[in-house]
Amino acid sequence: MSGLIGKKIGMTSLFDDMGRIRPCTVIEAGPCTITQIKDQSKDGYDAIQLSYDDLSKKKINMSTSGHFKKSNSEPKKKIVEFKNFRNKELKLLKLGMELKLNDVFRENDFLDVKSISKGKGFQGVVKRHNFSGVGESTHGQHNRLRAPGSIGAGSTPSRVFKGMRMGGRMGGKSIKQQNLKILKINDDENLVYVSGSVPGYRNSYVILEK
Amino acid sequence: MSLEKIQMDKENVEKRKNFPDFKSGDIINVHVKIREGNKERIQQFQGTVIQRKSIRTNGETFTIRKISDSIAVEKILPLFSPNIEKIDVIRKGKVRRARLFYLRKRKGKQAKIKQKI
Repeated sequence: MSGLIGKKIGMTSLFDDMGRIRPCTVIEAGPCTITQIKDQSKDGYDAIQLSYDDLSKKKINMSTSGHFKKSNSEPKKKIVEFKNFRNKELKLLKLGMELKLNDVFRENDFLDVKSISKGKGFQGVVKRHNFSGVGESTHGQHNRLRAPGSIGAGSTPSRVFKGMRMGGRMGGKSIKQQNLKILKINDDENLVYVSGSVPGYRNSYVILEK
Repeated sequence: MSLEKIQMDKENVEKRKNFPDFKSGDIINVHVKIREGNKERIQQFQGTVIQRKSIRTNGETFTIRKISDSIAVEKILPLFSPNIEKIDVIRKGKVRRARLFYLRKRKGKQAKIKQKI
């Protein structure tokens, strides 16, 4: 699996060859620095560690500066490990190497985008689990339009089964949106235009995987 | 990189200069490319502009309305669509608002817009 770290910028639209509008998300991805290479003999698995976005000098402490010194790079904010990083063009991966967009992705490729979704707070069962609610507001119904209904039988089993879908905290989870097409790549400004939407707020970190 | 920057591409800024300046109330003639199978032809659509939406973004659209054989037709077209060949302004109109939805309820002489001189 290869990939990059990026930042969600926002949504816009592009035209395809037929002149139809395609909604897309713009992500600023890379350049990412390789700050650690893990291998089978030493760590028990193969992986590389990529890091992205410069850390302000105020926030650097001895342990972070020590870690980034090993790869001769500036301290970064976001660090992500990619297991079994594969790359056709770049066979040799070295410490301190910078990976740019065109090293990993091409136009018309498909990728997965992983990020933390927008938090929705405490939500009822209709929004959270797509329950349909009661459906009628008349015919004897009162104050139960969005109620979940029964949550099980009575004295047998005299408990509520585990995993029963109820209201609760929604969103704010790590979510992977799969098989998004790359519509356009802007190498000069490190921008990828990915079809459709991507989880998370603007300016939040996203992980692009291939 | 700011959101405003990506919502207005450099190419589209250039493209915008090729289009004439038109506002709601104007009568314009739009040359629209239409694809039928492998064939391509150009259709002209002439009517009053009743609104322009999301101005200064890639998704900018405009709505034109015309009465064809006593049936009103409205078209919403993206300004930067590759299917738009040409836009001609035929007549400038004098109106007091940006969105002319009141035209939908009016007929005949009442639906007329004064010319801007």
